[in-house]
Amino acid sequence: MTDMPISTAPKRSLYAQDARTKKRNRAEARFRTYGMAAVLTGILALIVLLTSILGNGLSSFRQTYISYPIELAAERLDPEGNRNPEEMASVTTFGYVPVLAMSLQAFLEGEGIEHSMGGRELAAMLSEEAPAQIRNMVLANPDLIGTTIDAQILVGGRIDGFFKGRVTMESAERDRNVSVAQLELAQVLADLGIVETRFNWDFITWPDASGSRPEAAGLGVAIIGSFYMMLVVLALALPIGVAASIYLEEFAPKNRLTDLIEVNISNLAAVPSIVFGILGLAVFINFMNFNQSSPLVGGLVLTLMTLPTIIIATRASLRAVPPSIRQAALGLGASKMQSIFHHVLPLAMPGILTGTIIGLAQALGETAPLLLIGMVAFVREYPDFLSTHSNTFPLMGDGATALPVQVYSWTQRSDPAFVERASGAIIVLLVFLLMMNLIAILLRRRFERRW
Amino acid sequence: MLWILLALIFLGLLGYVLGRQRAVASASGDVRELHSLPNYYGLNVTLLTLVPALLVLGLWLIVQPIIVERTVAGQIPASFMEQVENPTLLMTEVRRLAGGIETAIERGFLNVEDAANLASDTDIRAQLAEAGVALGADVSTEVLAAAQDFRAMNATGATWMLIVVFALAFAGLAYSYVRTHKDLRARNRVEYAILSILMIASTLAILTTVGIVLSMLWDTRNFFQLYPWQDFFFGLEWRPSFEGGSELGLIPLLWGTLYISLIALLVAVPIGLFAAIYMAEYATKRVRSVAKPLIEVLAGIPTIVYGLFALITVGPMLRDYFAQPLGLGDSSSSVMTAGIVMGIMLIPFVSSLSDDIINSVPQTLRDGSYGLGATQSETVKQVILPAALPGIVGAVLLAASRAIGETMIVVLGAGAAARLDLNPFEAMTTVTVKIVGQLTGDTDFSSPEALVAFALGLTLFVITLGLNIFALYIVRKYREQYD
Repeated sequence: MTDMPISTAPKRSLYAQDARTKKRNRAEARFRTYGMAAVLTGILALIVLLTSILGNGLSSFRQTYISYPIELAAERLDPEGNRNPEEMASVTTFGYVPVLAMSLQAFLEGEGIEHSMGGRELAAMLSEEAPAQIRNMVLANPDLIGTTIDAQILVGGRIDGFFKGRVTMESAERDRNVSVAQLELAQVLADLGIVETRFNWDFITWPDASGSRPEAAGLGVAIIGSFYMMLVVLALALPIGVAASIYLEEFAPKNRLTDLIEVNISNLAAVPSIVFGILGLAVFINFMNFNQSSPLVGGLVLTLMTLPTIIIATRASLRAVPPSIRQAALGLGASKMQSIFHHVLPLAMPGILTGTIIGLAQALGETAPLLLIGMVAFVREYPDFLSTHSNTFPLMGDGATALPVQVYSWTQRSDPAFVERASGAIIVLLVFLLMMNLIAILLRRRFERRW
Repeated sequence: MLWILLALIFLGLLGYVLGRQRAVASASGDVRELHSLPNYYGLNVTLLTLVPALLVLGLWLIVQPIIVERTVAGQIPASFMEQVENPTLLMTEVRRLAGGIETAIERGFLNVEDAANLASDTDIRAQLAEAGVALGADVSTEVLAAAQDFRAMNATGATWMLIVVFALAFAGLAYSYVRTHKDLRARNRVEYAILSILMIASTLAILTTVGIVLSMLWDTRNFFQLYPWQDFFFGLEWRPSFEGGSELGLIPLLWGTLYISLIALLVAVPIGLFAAIYMAEYATKRVRSVAKPLIEVLAGIPTIVYGLFALITVGPMLRDYFAQPLGLGDSSSSVMTAGIVMGIMLIPFVSSLSDDIINSVPQTLRDGSYGLGATQSETVKQVILPAALPGIVGAVLLAASRAIGETMIVVLGAGAAARLDLNPFEAMTTVTVKIVGQLTGDTDFSSPEALVAFALGLTLFVITLGLNIFALYIVRKYREQYD
């Protein structure tokens, strides 16, 4: 018998891991956790972002109003007594302030509600927009004069903020624009149901308002402006993009020119958007003299920006149509042009439309280039589709603003109530984007074809 | 304008009907005799009617204002030009006055003869104000004369345009109608025309690039005539003042841009890369189908939303919990704010590009590594990442170019103070912020303070273009390895 060499290594079971294996497995688990943490961080960022915007912005869809009988005294509003709207227009918005204030005072006395404020402080509870609201009502219907109407009018931004939790008694003590007495009275009136906070369509339909009246600022002009720009982008970028893609994908010979075009398109897709703004400013406004802040110019700039996206998507969906379709058409005697326009293009259409909608969604959220072509201007007039001003371009030449730009200009104002408005505008923007993307997804699901 | 278009379209339709009829008639009703399908004969006439007319119309609309402007500006007496403080604004005044007179005529406040005989000693400003046209200043004789010239030339131009455009349309219609015959190779002609249209559409990409470069080069040249280029590229101070004597140095802006981009990449690259690795190598199909779209939603959110997020949430939070307790500053807009938010924006960008690249690493490499006993993480670290590295570098470079060109986040999150500083909780500013700052509001395009924006834009364009080309080059080179 020979001696077996005695193993000096400790006995190990395959079921128990040694130190190195443990270390490696720990490293594996750690690595995996990092990955999971990264994914979760991304999702968490999305959630925080959305809750922050929703939390700040949802309240802009509610607005506080006060309703009490307003006596439209004839001697103040129609001194001539003719009920002639042109003469009555000489009473400015400012002339309506005492009318509203006195009616409020009288109403409070009649109801036996006590307060310690003077007339001026009381009037300051109402929005600066309220007299204009009543004035427009009166001018539209002169017969109202002399009667007592029961209208719902806006309260001031600070009072509105009080009911939304933005303004508190403590902050009011430090604020020059609102007093504790005003808030206390507002609370009493709210308990009586005279002041109420309700859903606010005006936020979506009204035009922008000046910096001192955030409660009256709305998105009407911005939505119309954005809509016009999307029309321009759709009308120009879709046909041009499809035409360019058909040429590049189906006809273009392989030569230096087409190589140059391809490189150009992929580079344009990555050029910073603000550079397109500079292009628009230099070419469309300074060189061609289109007027500033018109949706037409905005649409042209966004068209140039969106084209690469649409071209890339269109080419991909043209490429996805199998060659057998083309060959079958050619075999039956169609010309190349006919095979493409009659067969390939219709089959590629769902993909093209999906790409176009995604491009439009990008364009809708784009802000930077629009700042440069003057769309930050303060516009209160709803822009017309066919402009009636003789010194502007006849089609969509009126000044307007756009949704994302409106957000930007509201962030530049000092009143904190505009932060709420800006977040609310973003909610509207995100809802539009969500709808567009849903349509794109549905289109893809419904028509996508695997050959 | 609209009427001209409608009339042209009507002519086109008419041409279609006539051409089709004539072709069918020339084959005495038997369409089999025709060379092409009958519709092509109609289309042929339509194209010849519309295309030349529309081309001339478009060209005319662009060229006429330029010519009129030049001529009118040239006719203003030089002696008067010298008295005016701001010659560039003079033409604006002329244009506004001319437009105002037209508006007044349209609204019936002036009749055509009165408008022609307006004299500068009557109060034109008041007269126009009555018609609802507001003028900025009183009207001088020279401006009035120029405005009348302007109107006259525009009116003549419009008449001639009408004549030329319709002459062309009718000529095209008549010519192609006469030529329509059953043996005409109508389809080939129409297809050739369509092909040309397709070709022209595809060159628009080149035109855009040329437009970008030219528009910025032109004004950059003007800028460097007013301001020495050495001071722009190497200046350490950014202090524009509209009274003159500005210091417009690029360095502080570039520093802010790069600093913010660096922080953004420090946030985005690890998170994006790990997320991509997790999705490609570890995640089950179900997790992937939920998590991937969720992260990609981040890419679809407009940058203004991120900007507002930085302004109202991230900025104040960083200030209250980090900057003030640490004594590093008390500004809510800071490099950190903009950098972190921009990093979040870039996460999906990095992760989806890296995901594609990791997925394109051949499975055989993974199998080989597992066969040798490597764990999954060892395979990723030692096999997959090295193989995917060039592609990932490309993705990071593309993300960097995004970060450098990003505007709204920095406008709202980074502040406007140009300074060379290392403290990430200080407000700093970037190239894009200053482009927006110098070009919004009332700008005088002959001052270096406004023109500097074009030089900044060109710098930005060159940097991002360089990064993009470099990134695409790397990605393309990598792709060749496995094909």
